[in-house]
Amino acid sequence: MEQVLEILQGLHPEIDFETCNTLIDDKIIDSFDIVTLISDLSEEFDVTIPVEEIIPENFNSAKAIYALIERLLEDE
Amino acid sequence: MQNNVLEYLENIVGRVPDKTAYADEREGASFSEVYDKSRSIGTFLQQKGHYKEPIVVFMGKHPSAIITFYGVIYSGCFYVPIDEEMPRHRIELIFKSLNPKAVICDNETINTINEFDYKGKVYLYDEAIKTVCDDHALSLIRDRQIDTDPIYIVFTSGSTGIPKGVVACHRSVIDYIENMSEVLRISEDTVFGNQTPLYVDACLKELYPTLKYGATTYIIPKSLFMFPLKLVEFLNEKKINTICWVVSALTMISAFGTFEKTVPEYLHTIAFGSEVFPIKQFNLWRKYLPNARFINLYGPTECTGMSCYYEVDRDFELDEAIPIGRPFRNTDIILLNEDNKQAKQGETGEICIRGTSLTLGYYRNPEKTNEVFVQNPLNDSYPELIYRTGDLGRYNERGELIFVSRKDNQIKHMGHRIELGEIEVVANMHPMIKTACCVFDDIKKKIILYYVGDIAKAEVAAFLKQKLPRYMVPNMIENLDSMPLTANGKINRVLLKEMYEGKL
Repeated sequence: MEQVLEILQGLHPEIDFETCNTLIDDKIIDSFDIVTLISDLSEEFDVTIPVEEIIPENFNSAKAIYALIERLLEDE
Repeated sequence: MQNNVLEYLENIVGRVPDKTAYADEREGASFSEVYDKSRSIGTFLQQKGHYKEPIVVFMGKHPSAIITFYGVIYSGCFYVPIDEEMPRHRIELIFKSLNPKAVICDNETINTINEFDYKGKVYLYDEAIKTVCDDHALSLIRDRQIDTDPIYIVFTSGSTGIPKGVVACHRSVIDYIENMSEVLRISEDTVFGNQTPLYVDACLKELYPTLKYGATTYIIPKSLFMFPLKLVEFLNEKKINTICWVVSALTMISAFGTFEKTVPEYLHTIAFGSEVFPIKQFNLWRKYLPNARFINLYGPTECTGMSCYYEVDRDFELDEAIPIGRPFRNTDIILLNEDNKQAKQGETGEICIRGTSLTLGYYRNPEKTNEVFVQNPLNDSYPELIYRTGDLGRYNERGELIFVSRKDNQIKHMGHRIELGEIEVVANMHPMIKTACCVFDDIKKKIILYYVGDIAKAEVAAFLKQKLPRYMVPNMIENLDSMPLTANGKINRVLLKEMYEGKL
């Protein structure tokens, strides 16, 4: 979880990612971030995020992103 | 001879009145609706006494905004598109440079316009379209219009921190649209999927050919550009066959492995531009859409839109760049070397553009205009303007034009043209920041801001987000104890870049 927060903080240092659960709905993460975010996550956790997982529900909060990563790591 | 862009609309409305011209995910507008409503808006503005002046269109990205553009032209004024997502500071700078007498809003933006330091008239789109069209008044306006009258102003980044308003006229838009449409082979069967914002010239590629040919343009919701499967689903659902997108939107699809799951079924024409297309990604596109035409476009806002094209006709090595090719018909490219002479074969020179597609220059800014719209140095016999792009180019052995680099600190990021100097000026406005400098990572496409000052990065980020458009906000911010300087006291950008690269 720490690593996810760190990556997100790198993109938007002024947002409190521990509490925010409307990252997509409130356009905090937008099309400018998504490519960087996914490549940073893939690198950090050494996972491939399949395209069918790149959906709003998985990116609305740091928690949701972390859950996605955990799920992907388990499946490996 | 056609001398007004509205003639496209007037011709097409008789042919396909009920066909959808522009649509988004919520609503669509037929050609007859576009015609009727824009004439009502034109009448409305005329009755309010506006003529030959900038009218700001401050509306969301919907068909109604496009209709308003045409309405403004009907009144003999010129439209200035402002986006709801533009930061307040930038909108205020634009207002300051225009001093507009009127702004047209929609039901949402009307709530935010009051926050600005603006004293002029505010009109509501829904009110304006209720006006009964006065055919006689509109035809009087038309009779007096000539093709060098302005139709819009769009703002582009300025290195001094003040955005510059580029003024385009009927003639330059007609010249551009006709010649670009020929290359893209636009027809009544074209279904565009628009990606670019309405406040930049890039959207001309869809707006005006739609009118000329009776095509259809779907405005793709911005949020889809984060979610590739949904985006392709949208393209297929709307049977979109032609797109003119920035490279980053295209690579977003290919890089996430989307094509292994789904492919845009109807796409046959893919135009892209203003940035380098990484060949690895480009090859994925070609592999999965082997029958589509891929066209690289190049051109500055100052020459209305695009000036050059190259249709991909061969394979490229991973380290090769796709050429920008050759100019559109009725446009000429001159490469000038440092002595202002024509560059020799293979020699690099500044790309200079000659032709009817040159815009009128920068609004209320003769100084900046005269710097780049200059007498052709190869011609000392009669007045002839060329536009100096500040881009360096050369011809390859095949005779194709290749983009080499910029002469200055201008960059291309997410399809937008950005002066790093503008970001620095804004950062330096913060009272706690002593000095700031930006570098750009060409490979990872990141803007990095270095600053000296007793202030947290988060605060700097928040400040910049208030002042700069989203695409200009640095992707990384770093605090330094002191700024590296060159021997003569300037910020040492080269060293900063090396510092950044060392960090990776």
